[in-house]
Amino acid sequence: MVSAQSDGKVLVDVQDLKMYFPVTGGILFQRKVADIKAVDGVTFAIKEGETLGLVGESGCGKTTTGRCILQLYKPTAGKVLFEGTDLISLSGGAMRRMRRRMQLIFQDPYGSLNPRMTAGAIVEEPLKVHGLAKGRELKEQASELLRTVGLNPYMADRYPHEFSGGQRQRIGVARALAVRPSFIVCDEPVSALDVSIQAQIINLLGELQEQFHLTYLFIAHDLAVVRHISDRIAVMYLGKIAEVADRKEAYENPLHPYTKALLSAVPIPDPLVEAKRERIILTGDVPSPLNPPPGCSFHPRCPYVMPRCSQVTPELKEVSPGHSVACHLY
Amino acid sequence: MSGPLLQVKGLSTHFFTQEGVVKAVDDITYNLAEGETMGLVGESGCGKSVSALSILRLIPNPPGRIVAGEVLFQGQDLLQMGDDEIRQVRGHRIAIIFQEPMTSLNPVLTVGRQISEALELHLKMDHKRALERSVELLNMVGIPDAGRRIKDYPHQFSGGMRQRVMIAMALSCDPKLLIADEPTTALDVTIQAQILELIKNLARETGTAVMIITHNLGVVARYADWVNVMYAGKIIESAQAGELYAAPRHPYTLGLLASVPRLDQPRKTKLAPIEGLPPDLSALPPGCSFRPRCPYAVDRCAVEEPPLLEVAPGHTAACWVDVRVAKKTAGVVHG
Repeated sequence: MVSAQSDGKVLVDVQDLKMYFPVTGGILFQRKVADIKAVDGVTFAIKEGETLGLVGESGCGKTTTGRCILQLYKPTAGKVLFEGTDLISLSGGAMRRMRRRMQLIFQDPYGSLNPRMTAGAIVEEPLKVHGLAKGRELKEQASELLRTVGLNPYMADRYPHEFSGGQRQRIGVARALAVRPSFIVCDEPVSALDVSIQAQIINLLGELQEQFHLTYLFIAHDLAVVRHISDRIAVMYLGKIAEVADRKEAYENPLHPYTKALLSAVPIPDPLVEAKRERIILTGDVPSPLNPPPGCSFHPRCPYVMPRCSQVTPELKEVSPGHSVACHLY
Repeated sequence: MSGPLLQVKGLSTHFFTQEGVVKAVDDITYNLAEGETMGLVGESGCGKSVSALSILRLIPNPPGRIVAGEVLFQGQDLLQMGDDEIRQVRGHRIAIIFQEPMTSLNPVLTVGRQISEALELHLKMDHKRALERSVELLNMVGIPDAGRRIKDYPHQFSGGMRQRVMIAMALSCDPKLLIADEPTTALDVTIQAQILELIKNLARETGTAVMIITHNLGVVARYADWVNVMYAGKIIESAQAGELYAAPRHPYTLGLLASVPRLDQPRKTKLAPIEGLPPDLSALPPGCSFRPRCPYAVDRCAVEEPPLLEVAPGHTAACWVDVRVAKKTAGVVHG
């Protein structure tokens, strides 16, 4: 995880991204009755060679954000600049060519591989689609990819069900790597795996990043894993960014009450440490994005709530270099 | 109180499949004292859930069968009971919370009906009294506006709320033992903390013993008094929580602890994963089943299976190697 922050060139620049999903009602004529604001004005930048960890609970819009960046959803508003090009304005063909540069690793290693294709065919497919190799070269490249992710090339003829969860996730990684991308969105790549296997995949992702100079958007809910792999952390709550900071800053000096609560909820495998830890137990559930609370969407669960919080939505503002937070306390 | 609440002796549950006999649980023995919280830790497929289901004889037969052992609960062997007798134990004296709060509630019955059912059945309450008690229980687990919510269906609750309903249901008949099978795995981090605190506080108030089944060593550190670690159908290490985390003696436990990144420790550039894969339970290697993945393995491990031996007072581990000595040598090898 040696990050090339020296040049600090921005690879992906997300500006005020919004993704609203319409909710329809009515029996005969489906009219729009409301919007689910899955992503509501998200702004962040990812520098070349770094890993940005995107953290949040289920339903906070982190996966939607990842998919909007890759244009798998058409965002409602905002800009996604990839090396300065606005992806949203690109035509279908141009976007397809652009997709070679950006790939996705999915959470579920069971659902994301076609059960009727062999591991080899799965890895070869992107090469074929983008016309990068054919014939013998195609086979050779697929073998090489499988070797890169720690699988034996003779396994190319096997079907997904013959692999374990961790091995399948390796196939998913090989498929993403096939087209030599510069940017990969890792959407909860280890949360479906066993503890002892998680570490294998995390190490693999780290090694590949060094080897191929990759930039990652690492989406996860496990804060310990995110700290391990990320250079910077963005915390999302209900479609908005609550806090962005460098790794060290985010974990040692978290400012947003939600970030603090998230960190204190992570259990530490040591009873002595646990006994001494101060814990913030949040009350209540994550509200529905269909009907978010007014003002700061975290205010009904916030232990530091003030009258202003239910009226004015806090803006994300920089409180120290590289550390931004959306909270009225700062 | 004399004798432990629950004594599991030599329990073996096997599944007879076309691919062969899967020894999901293979000769496990442990005790659980009244009011104690025990953590049963292991990865998926290690037999931790099957061992818990075996206690209540909830193993589908065929293909599964409890082939040996005794499960003494308050001195009575649950495995020898008739069907009617065991039904009196299930949900009454021993209650269970499942991992999936989405699928373990009946979607077509109101939550009030589902909670009151056990009360009417086991405690012989009339319907009205049972509903009143259900409201009290929902209040106790922190569901706001319980009087109204009792008429709602499971889909009208969020995941965390459904798990609260499950807990209310489990505690409704004042059980002596609560088995929580991965109670928080399907939930968000902040909700996980809520639910675990709730289980802990309620168990403390009612004096219920708790068995938490989990793959998360962190969860157990916070809540368990005693920890049993399972691998490939066997308990491979057993100790008081403090002792287990401070001085783990089985290479698998060591590996599990080393492979997770920790928030309270400086960040490492590389994690130390356990190499390889968990074994196929229908074709276990001879000797110690962890040997193919074990960095400390010696020749003896391939031929002879290590028994669970006491390595310190009250601390047992199944390993031929003393990892404290081996660790030093390994340290020299790796520099």
